[in-house]
Amino acid sequence: MRIFDPHIHMTSRITDDYERMRAAGVRAVVEPAFWQGQPRTNVGSFLDYFDTLLGWEPYRAAQYGIQHRCALALNPKEAGDLRCAGVLAELPRYLLKDSVVAVGEVGYDSMTAREEEIFEAQLTMAAEADLPVLVHTPHRDKTAGTRRTLDVVAASGLPAGRVLVDHLNELTVGMVADSGCWMGFSIYPDTKMDPDRMVAILQEYGTARMLVNSAADWGRSDPLKTRQVADAMLAAGFTADDVARVLWHNPVAFYGQSGKLALDDHEAEAPAEYAGNTIKRG
Amino acid sequence: MNEWTTQAVRQTRADPESAHRLFPQAERKGGPRARPALLALLDAGTIEALYRNGDAGERLSILRALPDLDLGPAALPIVEDALRTNDTRLIAAALGPYGSRWLDDHAFRQGVLKCVFMSIPLAEVDGLDRRHDAELTRMLADHAAERRAAGRTVPEDVLERLR
Ligand SMILES: [Zn+2]
Repeated sequence: MRIFDPHIHMTSRITDDYERMRAAGVRAVVEPAFWQGQPRTNVGSFLDYFDTLLGWEPYRAAQYGIQHRCALALNPKEAGDLRCAGVLAELPRYLLKDSVVAVGEVGYDSMTAREEEIFEAQLTMAAEADLPVLVHTPHRDKTAGTRRTLDVVAASGLPAGRVLVDHLNELTVGMVADSGCWMGFSIYPDTKMDPDRMVAILQEYGTARMLVNSAADWGRSDPLKTRQVADAMLAAGFTADDVARVLWHNPVAFYGQSGKLALDDHEAEAPAEYAGNTIKRG
Repeated sequence: MNEWTTQAVRQTRADPESAHRLFPQAERKGGPRARPALLALLDAGTIEALYRNGDAGERLSILRALPDLDLGPAALPIVEDALRTNDTRLIAAALGPYGSRWLDDHAFRQGVLKCVFMSIPLAEVDGLDRRHDAELTRMLADHAAERRAAGRTVPEDVLERLR
């Protein structure tokens, strides 16, 4: 089984996770730029973080036979801090990089006017850079937040097919399905979605434009949730083709719109020299 | 040179600042010869700025192009930066012909030892025979002793240097 996790914060994971992900079938990931636990207070902190997502993290992933790409943006949680506003001026040059396959995560956290302004500015940037967009939906007041998110996306003029609206649940999936945007689900051990609820949603809405991720951020999370959804799909009677569609072909199609995804499509072995060893350190 | 590269070279010649937009995309759009073609048109300051703003692929392209550019020791800060990273590709490229020509003895020896620690074959270090000295022999011998004390094997390419 071949898995593409379209939204996973590998920066917060250890090398054991890479090993387990590889063993579970994960061959490609997209890491969107997000918060780091401790709020950042200056632009330089973001740039070093972006450079990590372009340099160190893909290097680390490759040592375990996993292809790492990223989405970059000023995230919703930190968008409200004026000290970080300068990040927006730096983003266009980052969006040119080969491994940046989307703008993201953008969207609302607390649904403030300032968050909205930065959300809209980054949708414009995505249009200019010809990149798809990964949109985070707020955890608090999610239904109203998702509705407003879709309004902002529609007003931006971006084609719905170039937008992935993430962290959906039973109450928000319907409106996103109607919008034409791609639908993302973060599967967590005890918050957001679980594998069985995910299967029920796939049974109701089908597999088109559906993406499943493990997010795996600084909270309690599990980078193998994608595999658990695949297993739950098979147990519920979905075919191997259905599983491949949701866990490989859909993320490839969505991020492929960047024109930069260029995944190694053959079943690459983990580099023998690296497999099973800890990261090389000098 | 493909059409994209021809255009990019023309634009960079007219306005070197445009390299900041063109260089990151050059390999994807122009193929493997595009980045070296742009670098050949730029001064050391611009190349260093491209390196600082570059991702791992761009940095690698710059390090590999250095021997063919006529920069004297001006690009040493780039090589020193690459040697501070933990990316075997960047470190190996930093110890190519340019680094081997310009790094001082101390930095060169530290670079060689870092290769040993990161399992980068010493064959990838340019000009090692020429630059090998008694102090480097001592450092490698100490490293070998440390490996043996820990019950570990000593890499063959290190043993060769100690014979
Ligand atoms: Zn996230």
